[in-house]
Amino acid sequence: MIKGEGMTLEICKKYAPNKDNLIQILHEIQDTHPQHYISPEAVDTVAEYLHVPANHIYGVLTFYTMYSTTPRGKNIIRLCESPPCYIKGSENILRKLKIILGVQTGETSRDGQFTLELCACLGVCGNAPVMMINDDVYGDLTEEKVEEIIEKIRRER
Amino acid sequence: MSLKRIDLLICCGSGCVSAGAMKIKERFHEVLQEKNLANEINIIETGCMGPCDYGPVMVIYPEGIFYKKVTEDDVEEIVNEHFIKGRPVTRLMLHNDEEQTFSTKKEVPFYQKQVKVALANCGFIDPDSIDEYIATSGYEALGTVLTTMTPQDVIHVIRKSGLRGRGGGGFPTHIKWQMVHDNVADEKYVICNGDEGDPGAFMDRSLLEGDPHRILEGMMIAAYAIGATAGFFYIRAEYPLAIKRIRHAIAQAKEMGLMGDNVFGSKFCFDAEVRTGAGAFVCGEETALIHSIEGGRGNPSPKPPYPALQGLWGKPTIVNNVETFGNIPTIFLKGADWFASMGTETSKGTKVFALTGDIRNTGLVEVPMGITLRELIFDVGGGMTGGHKFKAVQLGGPSGGCLTVEHLDVHVDYESLKERGAMMGSGGVIVMNDKNCMVNIAKFFMDFCVDESCGKCSPCRIGLKQMLDILEKITNGNGKEGDIEELQRLGEAISKLSLCGLGQSAPNPVLSTIRYFREEYEAHIRDKSCGTKVCLDLMHFDIDKDRCIGCSLCARKCPVTCITGSREEKYTIHQLDCVKCGNCQDVCPVKAVNRIPGMHPEVLAKHTAEANLTSHHDD
Repeated sequence: MIKGEGMTLEICKKYAPNKDNLIQILHEIQDTHPQHYISPEAVDTVAEYLHVPANHIYGVLTFYTMYSTTPRGKNIIRLCESPPCYIKGSENILRKLKIILGVQTGETSRDGQFTLELCACLGVCGNAPVMMINDDVYGDLTEEKVEEIIEKIRRER
Repeated sequence: MSLKRIDLLICCGSGCVSAGAMKIKERFHEVLQEKNLANEINIIETGCMGPCDYGPVMVIYPEGIFYKKVTEDDVEEIVNEHFIKGRPVTRLMLHNDEEQTFSTKKEVPFYQKQVKVALANCGFIDPDSIDEYIATSGYEALGTVLTTMTPQDVIHVIRKSGLRGRGGGGFPTHIKWQMVHDNVADEKYVICNGDEGDPGAFMDRSLLEGDPHRILEGMMIAAYAIGATAGFFYIRAEYPLAIKRIRHAIAQAKEMGLMGDNVFGSKFCFDAEVRTGAGAFVCGEETALIHSIEGGRGNPSPKPPYPALQGLWGKPTIVNNVETFGNIPTIFLKGADWFASMGTETSKGTKVFALTGDIRNTGLVEVPMGITLRELIFDVGGGMTGGHKFKAVQLGGPSGGCLTVEHLDVHVDYESLKERGAMMGSGGVIVMNDKNCMVNIAKFFMDFCVDESCGKCSPCRIGLKQMLDILEKITNGNGKEGDIEELQRLGEAISKLSLCGLGQSAPNPVLSTIRYFREEYEAHIRDKSCGTKVCLDLMHFDIDKDRCIGCSLCARKCPVTCITGSREEKYTIHQLDCVKCGNCQDVCPVKAVNRIPGMHPEVLAKHTAEANLTSHHDD
């Protein structure tokens, strides 16, 4: 069993078995899973724990953009595609990221290190263009800066 | 605690952190340790100070010296020169074009016209310290309210202050409160709407991160007024720091007995918790938000019944925006009359705006209602970057509209913006220069709304997609006569028929750009030309033969080898094959490659022939 899946029930037990904890539980399962996604097994476990049908959970999973039902990379890159970032050239940043990582939007790099995603406003528009890698925000991006950031994370692994 | 001779306030709002504020803070700790000064200098991590564009910024008291764009390498100099020798580092201060230096925060023009109410402590206190909040009269308003006022008195004060919801609609706060107050129920709830999704708005984030106790205090006063004993902060999962700070604030307040049972010895009992979103713009709509807290999909439901009657778990609920709560403690401290003395006839107090786009001072500002757009953009915002001309400003994000040069003297309040097709929204101000194509911008906002539509009601789900399709055709050269009218017809229908605020307001950017920039739409459709050269299908690249030195760099960099020539004959782009990647322009050492508006005649001829062919097929 992959580390993460066995933890699903443990995570669930941190919360009272009420339906309204579903979103928080799913966040924690996804965040602690090494591949940052919610597996079908995890859905079943949560469904049983909260006494809600699995289809309700899939409904929630597919409604919110931050959840993934497919495995992703170790680091999730979320580039803001909102107008303030667009005006400041986020398109060039996206192009650069695709080249550096060798992926299209939504894909994971071959080494499993990075998944490239686009997202709505991150609320750091004063420093547009902006991206988040996991919980860290990187602002005032330029093509050179993006290269440095990715390189640094690659070296740190 | 020993007395410290210097307070160093480092802005650790998300903007400055993204520019490296944390590393600078650590570097200060290191250097001060090395020099044995750690006992003399107090390093305080504050929330957003406002001028994100200058980030990382810091203010050093007692003098109030303001430093901008500080890097790790500057730290040692600041310590040696400023802290040890008492000579502030002029190089890091703010200078204007006329070489004038603004050494202290008070002098900085960015702050001149601002009046900080909700943002009063933001960038001034350590958000993780309840003591610092209390030192700025924090929780005094709550104490006064709980010990000397009835819930109805509280609502009267809010009514007198004229406070209106800061989240978008501008609904009078006291009416919401009164409705819930008058409803009898065994349980009532208060929700703080921190699902700030408007592109270009980040005041809620900054408030939650920079002064969480203020929001908590505002929420508790609201809870007392309506008779709620439980509150929820609904915050976007994209704001991890805000979530952390508000959780910490709740824990601190509980520990101090400022939250929990019998607060201030009164009968008031209250508990709050944080719920996070998971990436859905529509959850900013109050009924959708409630469904999300309940653990479901964030689909809005029809109103009525309003949440004031049937909200969270069917109980009466108020949903107020973060900034609305942020104003409440000050209203009780300084009085409703004081608050109502600011602003216009219908819009009282101040409003926080997030300035973004092609403006010099991007960042967070708080100004009295009724300020003109000109003052906001040119005085506070410092005007346009790079000497470009102001073209338009988008107010209210994807729900708002564009205003133009002729509206610069409009007074910013709920009504006057609405009259002109824009709206206050949450206060996002996206400033655009003359290099922006308004059709493209409208398309961009529409794309956002199509993505974020929850899909529950068909006008929004299907109608917005229809509008986007038309806009795409217009920007890729396939627009036809009647498209503008069709967009207007669809837009008006969608506004009337959609279930929630998202759909009702989503056509606004398109409708307002048609209203003020109709000629741009017409040029795209009739002349197949994008005057700003942004829409790639409606512009072309051309090499200026007089400038070209025949170096062949462009030809070598062209991914589709559509550039040919020689040193003698110079180089030419074969327009039919060009994919408009722009490489040639990027690499040209003598800037001989130009962007020209309009389709190239050869391309236009081919395009027209193909269009005729398909229309024959259609027949």
